[in-house]
Amino acid sequence: MPADPPSPPVLRLTGITKRFGPLLANDGISLDLAQGEVLALLGENGAGKSTLVAILFGHYVADSGTVEVDGRALPPGHPRAALDAGIGMVHQHFTLADNLSVLDNVMLGTESLWWPFSRRDAARRRLVELGMRFGLAVDPQARVAGLSVGERQRVEILKALYRGARVLILDEPTAVLTPQESETLFATLRQMVAAGLALIFISHKLDEVLRISHRIAVLRGGRLVALLPAAGADKPLLAEAMVGRSVEMPRRAAAPARQGAPACELRSATVLAPGPAHGRPLLDGVDLQVQPGEIVAVAGVSGNGQAVLAELLCGQLALDSGSLRVAGRALPARPRTFVDAGVARIPEDRHAVGVVGDLALWENAVLERYHRPAYARLGVLKRRHAMADAQALVERFDVRGTEAAGVHTVTRRLSGGNMQKLILGRALMAGGAARTVPPLIVANQPTWGLDVGAVAYVHQQLLDAAAAGSGVLLISEDLEEVFALADRIAVMHQGRLGAARPARDWNLASIGLAMAGGGQRQAAMTAGATA
Amino acid sequence: MRLERRDTPSRSAALLAPVAAIAGTLGVASLLVAWAGAPVAQAYWLLLEGGFGSRFAITETLTRATPLILTGLAAAVAFRARLFNIGAEGQLYLGALAAVAVGGLHGGSGWAAPVWLLFPAMMAAAALAGALLLLGPALMKSRLGVDEVVTTLLLNFIVLLFVGAMLDGPMKDPAAMGWPQSVALQEPLQLDRLVERGRVHSGLPGALVAALLLWALLKFTTHGFEIRAVGANARAAAFAGMPVGWVTVKVALLSGALAGLAGAVEVAGRAGYVTLDMSPGYGYSGIVIAMLAALHPLGVVAAAVFVAGILVGADSMSRAVGVPTYIADVIVATALIAVLVATLFTQYRLRRGPRP
Repeated sequence: MPADPPSPPVLRLTGITKRFGPLLANDGISLDLAQGEVLALLGENGAGKSTLVAILFGHYVADSGTVEVDGRALPPGHPRAALDAGIGMVHQHFTLADNLSVLDNVMLGTESLWWPFSRRDAARRRLVELGMRFGLAVDPQARVAGLSVGERQRVEILKALYRGARVLILDEPTAVLTPQESETLFATLRQMVAAGLALIFISHKLDEVLRISHRIAVLRGGRLVALLPAAGADKPLLAEAMVGRSVEMPRRAAAPARQGAPACELRSATVLAPGPAHGRPLLDGVDLQVQPGEIVAVAGVSGNGQAVLAELLCGQLALDSGSLRVAGRALPARPRTFVDAGVARIPEDRHAVGVVGDLALWENAVLERYHRPAYARLGVLKRRHAMADAQALVERFDVRGTEAAGVHTVTRRLSGGNMQKLILGRALMAGGAARTVPPLIVANQPTWGLDVGAVAYVHQQLLDAAAAGSGVLLISEDLEEVFALADRIAVMHQGRLGAARPARDWNLASIGLAMAGGGQRQAAMTAGATA
Repeated sequence: MRLERRDTPSRSAALLAPVAAIAGTLGVASLLVAWAGAPVAQAYWLLLEGGFGSRFAITETLTRATPLILTGLAAAVAFRARLFNIGAEGQLYLGALAAVAVGGLHGGSGWAAPVWLLFPAMMAAAALAGALLLLGPALMKSRLGVDEVVTTLLLNFIVLLFVGAMLDGPMKDPAAMGWPQSVALQEPLQLDRLVERGRVHSGLPGALVAALLLWALLKFTTHGFEIRAVGANARAAAFAGMPVGWVTVKVALLSGALAGLAGAVEVAGRAGYVTLDMSPGYGYSGIVIAMLAALHPLGVVAAAVFVAGILVGADSMSRAVGVPTYIADVIVATALIAVLVATLFTQYRLRRGPRP
């Protein structure tokens, strides 16, 4: 990035403090942001990033402290005032109306209710002009439903620019992008900065943060623990500032694949879409083998069929054609038969699918196995037994946040990391006290939204399980994770799965190309040429 | 002013909520009492006295509470599993009709079976009738995704018309001088009175046992565990391997059976025959009671007694100071809304500040 940012602060936060009951979410945070500057906001989940941004936007009222734009204090609790002052935000989960055109989405909410005519032509000209200026080419007439994720993000940015944003907050903008799309985004961001916009960049990908930002603010436990120029900072330093101690991320040591029956074998597995779009393949002739003791990662941009693959391997979905064998056996597509076959399943959405939030921790610990003789006799739950096993899980998997109520803790109250430890423990402790090893582990985005410490823990558990002989299928959109853990990597694009090749044969460029469908297009072209 | 979510539900608010809800309810209702031209304090005193103030009042309240406990349980167990059974009223009527079909004096004498056989058969028939009536909507919900609120609600009207047809047709009591009412139950099948000079009958202990059993079922059994898990998060329950559709069906059978039993108990314990006005909305009040009780089976007993007391007390208040009895319905309905709002405040707090 260009050297020094110009001086006058466009945004200044002074002593922002916000308390939720006993929790101090923001503790005297002071920050300023200059024109043409990129400030990265780093921090684990719960460090106070979201609260700070919500205060900035007027969604929350700070207990004390002020937000100033161009030297004028914003009235607290008025999102409108923040928007009018030129603060814009691109959320991680887009806020677009799918059934409207790009232009409609951008204009939505900007027109006066008292003026009967729409100023569409002027708006279209302005939109096209903004797009040209910042390299954000999108067809104003296109319906949002038909746009790719990258294009939708461009619409979100255009929306903020159209409203005259001078300070733009980007919340994990690269989480949904391929490496190549991320590059395009960075080029756009550089143009915006050159034009004098100020950016706040929220991310947990340290590489990107180091590349794109001028200064880096690290939050931990609601406090600003570090504010340093990006030049001279490095990853270990930032990770340590975020966590408060040094974290060693476990990595996969080369291990010979074991012989024997594959833990999981898919052959020409095809799943067709249900409902009105019937016939379109969601999973299109997928071949995949996972050997015992091996970690195979399926990478890909979100929404290319990974969810369907995960549901298939968790027993939630039946094949339309092809075959699926787990440890050599074909299983009927029912979650319970997969559990009984020893498949350890870690779902993508831990809140909505992994646990029943309103039940107690011990009840979630036995959610998959409550009907077994170990936990039930004649339809009566052996509650003590279940609670004792849950207690063992809490201890072995170091589930925190249970000091007050123990295994009776309402599961919803657990942090994401501890909830994931509970799910992991439930899946891996299948044999109860006897430490049998699950033949297959299906982990779908197992570290999504977790903080660094929890990520390291989950990774270590998966590595240990593989070392003990489990076949691990890791479905992940996080390439850092994929490269850290996998023995072999396959890339998914539009329901097709490429060949799983050893991790050392891939690099960021080749995997990015495959994620964008490049590899397959090439293959298809070659096939066409031969035919 | 705006709502802000509390990080942890407040314990003091949870304790204060019902008190505040009742206070709010009485506040709203007193406007109506005053509007009707009656002295508010006196009216409330009469309401309380009429519901709970004498031996007679208490026996009347408990008599009224008996079917309400059962319909309250029916709603509570169904709602726990997110099966919104609004059809308890219809299930109650069909249960009552089934009870009379088995135990009525058809042809002047009825089935010639011993009481020890006929009484369980009568109860079973009532439970089965209610259960089967809810089975259809439950299957349509779990198989086809048809909204059970609509189907169960509309079934109420179908059942009422069906009952009307039966009371004017095959099951009509020839000795009723043209009134559309069913034949009476055989004398030995009718429930015993519990006290002298009071109508409270042995259906009350029966309903209490049902509440205890349901509480134990939900807390200690695998079935109860499934019901609670499916109700709280059906996706997670299905992922973990619970048979969600089958759980819905089991809950439907249980809920419908409880409502059907309410009908049988009401017939066997009070009138002895079925009429089209035998239930002043017990099925619908059951929903209110279940919500007041936060869907807890033992709470349902308390809530049913509370609602019954207000309904009974309102009658005597109405007679004494000339306030319409509808005030009771208003109080019960307002209590429901007040409790829902009060529960909201255990999870949210009101913040002074500009509107976002």
